[in-house]
Amino acid sequence: MSMRLSNNNIQRSELPQGDRPSGVRWAFASARRWPLLPTGILVVLAVVAAFAPLIAPHDPSAGDPRARTAPPFWYSDWYEERPKVTTKYILGADHAGRDVLSRVIHGARISLLVAGVSLASGVLVGTAAGLVSGYFGGLVDEIMMRLVDVWLALPFILIALVTAVVIGQSLTIVMGLLALLAWSAFPRNIRGEVLSLKERDYVALARVAGASDIRIMVQHILPGVFNTVLVIATLRVGQLILAEATLSFLGAGLPSPTPAWGLMIAEGRDYLATSWWIPLFPGLAIFSVVMSLNFLGDWLRDRLDPRLSQLE
Amino acid sequence: MRRFLLRRLLFGVFALFSATIIVFTISRLAGDPILLYSSKAGYGKTEEQIQSLKEKLGLDRALTVQYFIWVGAVVRGDFGRSLVGDRLVTKVIREKIGATFQLGVGAWLFATAVGIPLGVLSAVQRGSPWDYLGRGFALFGQALPTFWVGMMGILLFAVTLDLLPAATRPSGAGLPTQVKHLIMPVIVLGWLPAATYLRLTRSAMLDVLHSEFITLARGKGVSSARLIWKHAFRNALIPPLTVSALLLAGFINGSVVVETVFAWPGIGRLAVQSVWDNDFPVLTATVLLFALFNVVLNFCADVLTVTVDPRIRYS
Repeated sequence: MSMRLSNNNIQRSELPQGDRPSGVRWAFASARRWPLLPTGILVVLAVVAAFAPLIAPHDPSAGDPRARTAPPFWYSDWYEERPKVTTKYILGADHAGRDVLSRVIHGARISLLVAGVSLASGVLVGTAAGLVSGYFGGLVDEIMMRLVDVWLALPFILIALVTAVVIGQSLTIVMGLLALLAWSAFPRNIRGEVLSLKERDYVALARVAGASDIRIMVQHILPGVFNTVLVIATLRVGQLILAEATLSFLGAGLPSPTPAWGLMIAEGRDYLATSWWIPLFPGLAIFSVVMSLNFLGDWLRDRLDPRLSQLE
Repeated sequence: MRRFLLRRLLFGVFALFSATIIVFTISRLAGDPILLYSSKAGYGKTEEQIQSLKEKLGLDRALTVQYFIWVGAVVRGDFGRSLVGDRLVTKVIREKIGATFQLGVGAWLFATAVGIPLGVLSAVQRGSPWDYLGRGFALFGQALPTFWVGMMGILLFAVTLDLLPAATRPSGAGLPTQVKHLIMPVIVLGWLPAATYLRLTRSAMLDVLHSEFITLARGKGVSSARLIWKHAFRNALIPPLTVSALLLAGFINGSVVVETVFAWPGIGRLAVQSVWDNDFPVLTATVLLFALFNVVLNFCADVLTVTVDPRIRYS
């Protein structure tokens, strides 16, 4: 590989519409403009999650004892040690004879629900914290920012693990824990935005006109930070989905019969060497969803809020 | 600058102090500690025996007093004895910390060695196959669940190809065996931070390459290699350098998962194990240790930020 630097290379992606680079490069370049594939994956996910019971070929929690660890349909033909099971289970069945495909489909529902609820509460709390912190400043600001610091210093996974073990495992607890993870991404960036927004003339005008603090914050400043919130939220959902899966994997997420992706991978761990399809497909599902969200988040950031470019 | 760092140091201590309160609260939420020694029915222990046990453990005093007794002991480095095996917690941790350290440093080296050069290459040859390779690597690293990558790695390299060992760090084995056992866990743990390094280096490099002094240097006739490494790279290194401490903190959290997948005998696995064994002395010690790492490394990040880039001013 040569480390030559040529003008040509740097500016290739900024070529005018007429001389677009061809092939893969063009596909990638146009994906930068409007991320079609990620959007498509997310739309499919949303549809699948919404109509899971209609789409899934089997009941996700009813196991057929005769179909235990039945392989995917294309695999059974040449894997002789296993009895040939029909194409009834497209992606195979798990150790309890439950259809992997149906569980992955229902898992989309769980993932979306958990990520959605925890993100919504995280956005609410995080935005409010940033707004109040930036608007009032002083002691309120100091306390709020130190709270964020403390929260970021705690080993989240362990705290979540302990809480789940102590209080018990349930959907509500997982959503609560993830909400606690979600909010801390917002206050700092939003506070920074608010600090500059509140010095604007229109805010001063609103104050002269007699608007209350709450009215100024909600009506005049909040719309100004909307882009930032949207970008951080999009980049955060993927992390929440990963965190939910990780908690489930460690045994502190959703309780056992739930078709959650992380839990399916954890359950498949004991059958890894013989029945790889149990952990493979839920993992691919997590990967494609998180990648789509990250991609979309990056794209939104470049579009809406280039100042956040340092945000990972 | 000194005032800024002093303030940050103070906040670090404050964060640790809050962590102790949270840890203590959680440990008490678990229920009456006396139940760890005897059931409600008493296991044949009489009321008097339970009472004397309470007095011995200090459980008959107010909760706040108990907290201060515990914090006092923790400050002196006394975490008590583990419930499983009845051994000194500090000793248990000392045995395990080496393995975690090995893994963390290995992953950090991997992330740096892969992320930064690939980031530079991907910025310099923007739009080339190298760029797509780098960006693909980053995209995958940020979206793949760590534990799943670990399992698939085991499936592919240990079960199917039989190239690498699946798990468990050998004790007292020769260097080649040790390294062989390290390869997979290190890559799995290091992939996400490598992706972060890569993205930061790439965007910083692109920023610098578009700045005027680079155009000037090019106009002056500076050679390509010199331009990239001496003029651009040095300036682009600031963002990755400042996050390096934070990434190291990320390894500590990541080690919990990776050590569980690879049965690596380190602190992360010890912590998970202690949760399931209800071994609260070990658990509180590991959580506090992780919090301490986080606080120290966050402080290091602050120090790096103000010393590396003198243009940044803090009030």
